[in-house]
Amino acid sequence: MKILIKGGRLIDPANSIDDQLDVLIENGCVAAVGTNLDSDNAQVLDATNRLVVPGLIDVHVHLREPGYEYKEDIQSGTRAAVAGGFTSVACMPNTDPVNDNKTVTSYICQKAAEVGLATVFPVGAITKGLKGESLSEMGQLREAGCVAVTDDGRPVDDGEIMRRAMEYARSFDLPVISHAEDLAIVGGGVMNDGFVATELGLKGIPWVAEDAMVARDVMLAEFTGARLHVAHVSTRGAVEIIRAAQKRGVAVTAEVTPHHFTLTEEAVRGYDTNAKMNPPLRSADDVAAIRQGLADGTIGVIATDHAPHHRDEKNVEFNIAMNGIVGLETALPLTLRLVEEGVLSLSEAIARLTCGPAQALNLSRGSLTVGSIADVTVIDPECAWKLEAEELLSKSKNTPFDGWSLKGKATNTLVRGKIVYNSDEV
Amino acid sequence: MSFGHKHILGIEQLSADDITLILDTAESFKEVSTREIKKVPTLRGKTIINIFFEASTRTRASFEIAGKRLSADTMNISASTSAVVKGETLEDTAKNLEAMHPDIIVMRHGHSGAPHYLAERCGFSVVNAGDGAHEHPSQALLDLMTIREKKGTIEGLVVAIVGDIAHSRVARSNIYALKKMGATVRLAGPGTLLPTEIERMGAEVTTDMNTALDGADVVMMLRIQQERQGKALLPSNREYSRFYGLNPENLKLAKADALVMHPGPMNRGVEISSAVADGAQNVILDQVENGVAVRMALLYLVSGGEQLAEQSA
Repeated sequence: MKILIKGGRLIDPANSIDDQLDVLIENGCVAAVGTNLDSDNAQVLDATNRLVVPGLIDVHVHLREPGYEYKEDIQSGTRAAVAGGFTSVACMPNTDPVNDNKTVTSYICQKAAEVGLATVFPVGAITKGLKGESLSEMGQLREAGCVAVTDDGRPVDDGEIMRRAMEYARSFDLPVISHAEDLAIVGGGVMNDGFVATELGLKGIPWVAEDAMVARDVMLAEFTGARLHVAHVSTRGAVEIIRAAQKRGVAVTAEVTPHHFTLTEEAVRGYDTNAKMNPPLRSADDVAAIRQGLADGTIGVIATDHAPHHRDEKNVEFNIAMNGIVGLETALPLTLRLVEEGVLSLSEAIARLTCGPAQALNLSRGSLTVGSIADVTVIDPECAWKLEAEELLSKSKNTPFDGWSLKGKATNTLVRGKIVYNSDEV
Repeated sequence: MSFGHKHILGIEQLSADDITLILDTAESFKEVSTREIKKVPTLRGKTIINIFFEASTRTRASFEIAGKRLSADTMNISASTSAVVKGETLEDTAKNLEAMHPDIIVMRHGHSGAPHYLAERCGFSVVNAGDGAHEHPSQALLDLMTIREKKGTIEGLVVAIVGDIAHSRVARSNIYALKKMGATVRLAGPGTLLPTEIERMGAEVTTDMNTALDGADVVMMLRIQQERQGKALLPSNREYSRFYGLNPENLKLAKADALVMHPGPMNRGVEISSAVADGAQNVILDQVENGVAVRMALLYLVSGGEQLAEQSA
C-alpha cells in the first residue's frame, strides 16, 4: 500500500523544512520526501494549496475510558482527535479505575489499537489512586506502555512524595508531568482571582497558587535530575520561573492550552460555565506572558487538556460546574490564529504541535524524516468555518468557542500510513 | 420616563435614571403601608413566587408583604422544603416553576449568578434577592431611599462601608448604586476581607477604619458573616471589634449628623456596639420600613409599570 501526497507545502520543523515537496508513504513509513516524486501504483493525495505536516501530537487529553464513558471513550475521543488533525494523543490517568497499574494501561493500549484511529500513549499515575500517598509501579507502567507519569487533575501536595516520585521516575526515564497548584492557596476558588471575580462575587484562584507549585517542582527537578513537564501553564510567573530554570539547564518543558492563550477571565462574565476550567482563564497580562513564552520557545508545546464533560455537569450554577472544555477539534485553528496575529511563524506553530510535544514526552513521532512512522496531517490553512458545538465529534460539547468563526482545518489525517480521516467523507 | 427592565438582577445593569425612577416610585408606595387598609389593586391577578435557597427572615418577609400590598398572589418556597435537598438541579426547579406560570420569581441563592441562570432560561421576570457574594440590589435601593430621605440627596455625600467586603453582596450593590448617584464611597476592612482589585469598582479602599470614618456623611456597617470566615480570615471577634467595630468614640470621626446604617442582622458588640445600634444616629429601622416600599416599586416596575396603571384606569 503506497500513498503519494503531491503538491503540498511541506512543513517539518524537526528537519527545518518548509518547501514545496511531495511525500511518498510505503508500508506505514515515510519512504521518500522530494520534488516531483512519482510512483506507479500509489494512491495519489492531491495537496495543492494545502500544508503537509507531521501528524499533530496532543500530550494532554482526557479520554475518560475506563469509567466515565458517558463523557467520552477511546473511540469517540480518538475520532475527535483525527478530525482535529491529531495522530497521537497522550491520555491522562484520572479514569476509574485510575491508570496506576499495568492492567489499566494494557486495556487502554489494546482498546486504542482495536479502534485504530489515533495512536494513544497512556500516561500513568504518579501515586496510587491519585491519592498523593504512595508511588505507583512506574517500572511496570512503562513496560505496559506508559510514556510519562502525572496525577493530573490534582497536584502532588506532599513535597517528599514529589521528590521521591522524580527520583524514582528517573530510573525509568519517565518524564514527570506536574499539575501545578497549591491547593491550600487555591482555597475554594472557582475562577481567576482578580477584578472580574471580585465583581462577579466568585471566589478567586490567585496566580501565586500556580507559581508557588511550579517553583517547587522546578527546584525538585533541578535537585533530582528528573525530566519535568509542566502541564497547562497559565500565569506570567510560571512562564518566568520555567524560562529561568531552562537557562540554568534544568530539564523542564512546558505546555499551554489554546484556551489559555486565546481567552481571558473576561469570558467568565455572564457566569458561562464553559469558561470554567482549571487552571482558570487568567488576566490579559498573563495571556501576553504566555504568548511571549510560546514565541521565545520557553513553552514548546501546545496541548488541549481536552476535558469532556456531560451537559448536566456544565448546565448548573457556576460554583458547582465541572472544570474543563473539549479541545481536540479547535486546537489547530486557534493555534493558526497565533500565526495570523504575528505571535508565531507558521513553522513555529507547527513545531508546538509536533516535534515540541514529541520531545517533551520522548515520543518517536513528530517528524517526516525518511524511515519514520508515517503520521501525517494535511491542512487547508484557508478553510473558513464556523464552529457548531453540536457538530463536534467528541461525545461532549462543552466549548466556549461555539459559534466562533475559525480558519484552518485538517483535511486528511494519516496514522501509520493509513488515511483515518478525510474531511470530504464526513 | 419608562422602566425598560424585565429583570432586576443587579444594580450594575441600572442607570441613574432607573434608580431615580425606582426611588420615586417607592416613595409613592410608602404611604400605602401606613393606611388602615394596606392594599392597592395594582398587581391583582399576578403570581409572585419567593424562592429562597438561603435562610432569610427580613428580605423574604419584606418581599412577601410588598407583593401582598400590591394585591399579587404571593407564595414562598424555602430551601428546606424545596426539592433541592432531594438533589434537583436548578434547571429542573426552573422548569417546574415555569410550568406554574408565575409572573415574577424573587430568588435568593447562595451561588453568585444563579438568578442570571434563571433569567436566561425562563419566561418570567426574575428579581434577585441576593446571589452569593455578588449583588443584593433591593437592599442597596432601600439604603439609597433612606439616605435620600434623610439627607435630601445622594450626590456629593461621603459614604463609608466597613467590614466584610469580600463576602458582601450588599457592599457590591451599594458601591454600584452610590457611585451612579454621585456619592464618594470609602471601603474599610482587614486585608483578608478586601477582595482583589476592589478599588477598580471606583471606591477608595483602606484597612484603617478611622480613615474611612473621617468626615463621612453615612457609615454603613456590614455584618461579619461568621459562617463564611473559615479558619484564617480573622483571629477573633474581640480583635475584629477592637479595630473594625463601630462605637460611640470612633463614630465621632464622622460628621456630627452622620447616618449609621446596617443591613442586618446585627452582631451586637462585634461590628457595632449596642450604644450605636440603638443610638440617635441610626436609621436601621427606617431601612427596614423603606425595604417594603422599594420592593413594591420593583415588583410594580418589572410588571410593566405605567402600562398597568393605564389598564386599571
